[in-house]
Amino acid sequence: MEKLSKLPKIYLVVVFIILYAPIFYLIFYSFNSGGNMSNFESFTLEHYAAVFEDTRLIVILINTIVVALLSALISTAIGVLGALSIVFMRNKAMRNAVLSLNNILIVSPDVIIGASFLILFTMIGVKLGFASVLISHIAFSIPIVVIMVLPKLQEMSPTLIDAALDLGASKRDVLTRVIIPFIKPGILAGFFLALTYSLDDFAVTFFVTGNGFSTLSVEIYSMARAGITLTINALSGLIFLVTVILVLGYYTISRKTKAPLSGVKK
Amino acid sequence: MGYRIMNNKPLRPLYTIPYTAWILLFVIAPIALIVYYSFFDLAGHFTLDNYINFFSSVYLKLTISSFWYAFLITLFTLLFAYPTAYFLTKTKHKQLWLLLIIIPSWINLLLKTYAFIGLFGLYGPINALLETVGIGSQQILFTDFSFVFVSVYIFIPFMILPIFNSLDKLNPALIDASHDLGANSWTTFRRVIWPLTLNGVKSGIQVVFIPALSLFMITRLIAGNKVITLGTAIEQQFLVTQNWGMGSTIAVFLILFMFIIMLITSSNDRGTTINGKTK
Amino acid sequence: MKGILRGAIVIIIISAILLLINSKLNEGGGSANKNSITIYNWGEYIDTDLLKQFEQETGIKVTYETFDSNEGMMGKIEQGGTSYDISMPSEYMIEMMKEKDLLLPLDYSKIPNVKNIDPYFLDLPFDPGNKYSLPYFWGTVGIAYNSSLLEGQTFEEWDDLWNPTLTQQVILVDSARETIGMGLNSLGYSLNSTDMDELREATDKLKTLSPNIKAVIGDEVTQLMINGEAAISLTWSGQAADMMYENEDINYIVPEEGSNLWFDNMVIPRTSKNIEGAHAFINFMLDAEVAAQNADYVGYSTPNLAALDLMDPEVTEDERFYPDEETRNHLEVYRNLGLEMLGHYNELFLEFKMDMK
Repeated sequence: MEKLSKLPKIYLVVVFIILYAPIFYLIFYSFNSGGNMSNFESFTLEHYAAVFEDTRLIVILINTIVVALLSALISTAIGVLGALSIVFMRNKAMRNAVLSLNNILIVSPDVIIGASFLILFTMIGVKLGFASVLISHIAFSIPIVVIMVLPKLQEMSPTLIDAALDLGASKRDVLTRVIIPFIKPGILAGFFLALTYSLDDFAVTFFVTGNGFSTLSVEIYSMARAGITLTINALSGLIFLVTVILVLGYYTISRKTKAPLSGVKK
Repeated sequence: MGYRIMNNKPLRPLYTIPYTAWILLFVIAPIALIVYYSFFDLAGHFTLDNYINFFSSVYLKLTISSFWYAFLITLFTLLFAYPTAYFLTKTKHKQLWLLLIIIPSWINLLLKTYAFIGLFGLYGPINALLETVGIGSQQILFTDFSFVFVSVYIFIPFMILPIFNSLDKLNPALIDASHDLGANSWTTFRRVIWPLTLNGVKSGIQVVFIPALSLFMITRLIAGNKVITLGTAIEQQFLVTQNWGMGSTIAVFLILFMFIIMLITSSNDRGTTINGKTK
Repeated sequence: MKGILRGAIVIIIISAILLLINSKLNEGGGSANKNSITIYNWGEYIDTDLLKQFEQETGIKVTYETFDSNEGMMGKIEQGGTSYDISMPSEYMIEMMKEKDLLLPLDYSKIPNVKNIDPYFLDLPFDPGNKYSLPYFWGTVGIAYNSSLLEGQTFEEWDDLWNPTLTQQVILVDSARETIGMGLNSLGYSLNSTDMDELREATDKLKTLSPNIKAVIGDEVTQLMINGEAAISLTWSGQAADMMYENEDINYIVPEEGSNLWFDNMVIPRTSKNIEGAHAFINFMLDAEVAAQNADYVGYSTPNLAALDLMDPEVTEDERFYPDEETRNHLEVYRNLGLEMLGHYNELFLEFKMDMK
């Protein structure tokens, strides 16, 4: 494979700087002893101390992480099955119809999704709280997984499967040994974007939550009227730091054990 | 051809159950609800007025401007995402870099938007930079530029991922072959690389263009309401005016537009070539 | 495949551990606990130390949830699902909630501290006899401006905003009642006007303000005003107080032509399952010392007369946030104009926003 020359390198560096600029901006002000994100007065760690003193905030943070992880996991599983069902549909019109239905939740504004899910849950009698939030997050993350997995499935050569079958592989083997490894990058992309959807969602969660259950997004949006405290900046800084450490750590470990993070070996 | 494995085998209904159930419960049911609401006015009487209302000049203007901005956002996202994805596949630790592209999207969007307000501000770092370069400070916030910029920022991981995935598995032998046959880089890209990544690009466009139609929040925070989308209008109808009928009607049109887009983009669906003789 | 399965198992284990930690942290909480109340409030709109104090004094466990708009809050209460015991709607929302029968009447034998409230703020048209609500905080709508950015220019009336030297300086608020209301006030009409001609005239007048408008935004305005990004904004007094606290160059005035007087109020929604506890909480919040501490923390104007005596006179004598009765008499409280009229206000507002460019 050719090496990256200078210009592409500069391009990538610029992209990464832009992507991380707002985050470093947030973290920079989390050390501000003045109470806001505009005038940096002097260095302090008080906002970080405040994070650890606020049990309610920590409970909310854990809620957020658990909902994000579980919803991403489950929606990925359902989404992969969905993508498989779509790609194996023989009727083209049918396939397009299902794909369009799939995308409806992506195009619908969050308020509508939230309001209709709320009506749905109260109708069925699901208790508002952890369960209703988790189910909603699974529901609105499924389409993104399908869209991420589908192109990989479409790139798959049917002869591959036929060959496997001819060699006497069972259907189960074909799925777990041929199809899944091939579409693994798509699955991972779907999983990570589902995480993004879940962590970012405010409106849907707002509607379907209840009984004291809350997520970070709901908390942050509700603060807007009276001003978001720098405690939230500090918390975001911590989340960011931990995430990067986890990613780097996992990456080095999986490198050592010779199992690349994604993709099958060439 | 086709996948023999799945045809008329008992395996099929089993594994389609969760997804089908999801479509019925969380797509069809809410849609039915929305369509139902769209036929009622504030007083709860059956009416077609909402649909007639939609064709008033205000909403048509909104539709056109939503499409225009969604188009701009998608275009620029693609323009920046494609090279990024392409160069990423050539880096040494590409999987790691890819993850590092996604991580910023896990920090709360409202917070990042506030950060952008600070970054773009008259006294923010960008203007400080412009000042030292000698251009002088500019009003960046509340302009089309800032709106498109932040939107592209939000959507870029969603475009990079599918493109990266389709580029990543590209057989380098194909490119070498193309070069050996005397094709220059541009021709190689146009004739070999681009067509093979088309599926990824399409996925990317879908997950950018469709939600871009209904962007809200940043239309207010970053564009100062100088850009208004259909999403903003629906938001208003549901939350402020509490006219669920009109809000639902706009949503019905939004969904219709999406169906039309899907229809157009699927006319040369590569899925057909993969599945062979489909009918 | 194996890698994926392993990843899935790791995620499930991590989630289980986190849930366990959470249930430990949450010990004894939740609505399962019989003597508990659920409070539904704006974010950062209460001194949370007071919640702990309330729990200690009464033994009632507090669950605290937040909302970001009156309408969203009402939607949640209307649909049910959570037994909210206390909520803090604005005055016009109380009328709407009354109409929909979402509120429970207050039992004054359980709220002796009501005596602390300034009678001026009681028995207002949105809730005659305070059958359902008691004021929590109050304030006005006016103009916040940074004189250091405007060469010492000051403001007295709404019409000052139309000054041609103010190109691209004014920030309006993304809310139909406030913005159209400003147009109405500047023409000498009532904030609660339902006269189509008056509304049309107000909208047309607002359109002539377009060259001066920098943006139409929401709560973000506080940050922009503090760092000098914006010079003039249409603001609620509570936000203005935040701005002035951080930036000394900012001043706030209530225009002479008149403006809006607003209230956030404590109510007991129909969803309440612990009506006794809800009353205890309202009574607690009306205690002079508690109200003073809360007002000090939140920075908004308190209607609690007894609390005023305990607060810093520099704050309570500030005419901008505690205007005298004469100024107050110039102000109007929003009435619920009905959904149809609200829709009309919003349509005009949308028309104005689309015309801005």
